[in-house]
Amino acid sequence: MVVRMRVNGAWREADVWPGTSLLAFLREALGLYGSKNACEQGECGSCSVWLDGTLACSCLVLAAQAHEREVRTVEGLTSGDRLHPIQEAFLEAGAVQCGFCTPGFVVAVADLLDKDANPSPATVREALSGNLCRCTGYQKILDAVQLAAERRRAGS
Amino acid sequence: MEVLLPHSLDEALEIKAEHPEAVPLSGGTDLMVEMNFGRVRPPAIVDLSRVAELTTWREENGHAFLGSGVTYTTIVREMQAYEPLVQASRSVGSPQIRNRGTVGGNLGTASPAGDALPVLAAYDAEIVLRSRARGERSLPWNLFLTGPKKTATAPDELIIGARWRLVIDEEHRRVNVALGSVGPTILRATQAEERVSAALASSGTWDDRSAPLNPQWIDEFAELVATAAQPLDDVRGTAAYRRHGCRVLSRRALGWALSERRLPTWL
Repeated sequence: MVVRMRVNGAWREADVWPGTSLLAFLREALGLYGSKNACEQGECGSCSVWLDGTLACSCLVLAAQAHEREVRTVEGLTSGDRLHPIQEAFLEAGAVQCGFCTPGFVVAVADLLDKDANPSPATVREALSGNLCRCTGYQKILDAVQLAAERRRAGS
Repeated sequence: MEVLLPHSLDEALEIKAEHPEAVPLSGGTDLMVEMNFGRVRPPAIVDLSRVAELTTWREENGHAFLGSGVTYTTIVREMQAYEPLVQASRSVGSPQIRNRGTVGGNLGTASPAGDALPVLAAYDAEIVLRSRARGERSLPWNLFLTGPKKTATAPDELIIGARWRLVIDEEHRRVNVALGSVGPTILRATQAEERVSAALASSGTWDDRSAPLNPQWIDEFAELVATAAQPLDDVRGTAAYRRHGCRVLSRRALGWALSERRLPTWL
């Protein structure tokens, strides 16, 4: 079936098997490899995107459910070679090791900071409870969130 | 495989009448996992995520009605007056899962571990179903949930939502106890309910919140809850441990319920 959606501001469409997940649609039909495929059961958050502005695991969304809707992926955070301030904070805090979970974390952190500019440590932990990292042990990720939040509040 | 995208409830019921084999899809937190792992390949899927009629909740005629398409995030954000439901909803998955998962999904999947189901059982909720041919009908939750992952939903019906009477405990002076994940389906611990309801009456706690419950009654309550459970031995734990968990958690839950109890306005 032909599925059409606005991805990072641009209308995109592809003819796919009707059972295709949004994650497979983004990666395989549109070549957007930022959203990662890991668990395919909504446990790891590596495929996190926004569907009509709501944070979701794209592996659990049928591509057809996003038909005529708005999707934003990690690629939509910045344009060109510039990094998003959250991505810079991850690099500086050493919150990136193998990097596989990072796009999902960056999207979840962006979602959090849009809602709460000054999140408490408990709020950060809850907001990231749907994202798994098997390398860093999380402390550096939490540090990166604080760094990103501070810079964002300072308006830099 | 065919995917059907209705934009209204009428359209969705029309589709279910013509394609009774179409599996309803909402947040995808159950069905998409099965599809991703190749365990199910339904001949048709009907996507309910655009059916706005299902995504609201309301209070009417002394009842609460919770639409099947309401997500756990919406419950946590909007339904603060329903503390048990909010607490259960907050414990669902992660933000990503709560943003997508719906009450209707818990009902339709009918897993004994569905987080919203014990609350609906404790509320004595009715499940509202609708078909194009026969219109609307309601079933008490225990007639709706017919077994592990089995419901009384007819092939041409959709789950519209759940409905329950407001102010249950204070009006009837009853404590309702429902158990999830410790039996083939959701269970009510009726003997424990009767024991603790009577204990609250004889200790005067219904009228005077500070009147303490006899500790022996609390022990008996916890024991009766554990007896009502029907847990299994499996790779995740033993039946004995799960029964012990029922004892501990029911004691805690009773404490919370009594300390957070809201008195009705007429008292």
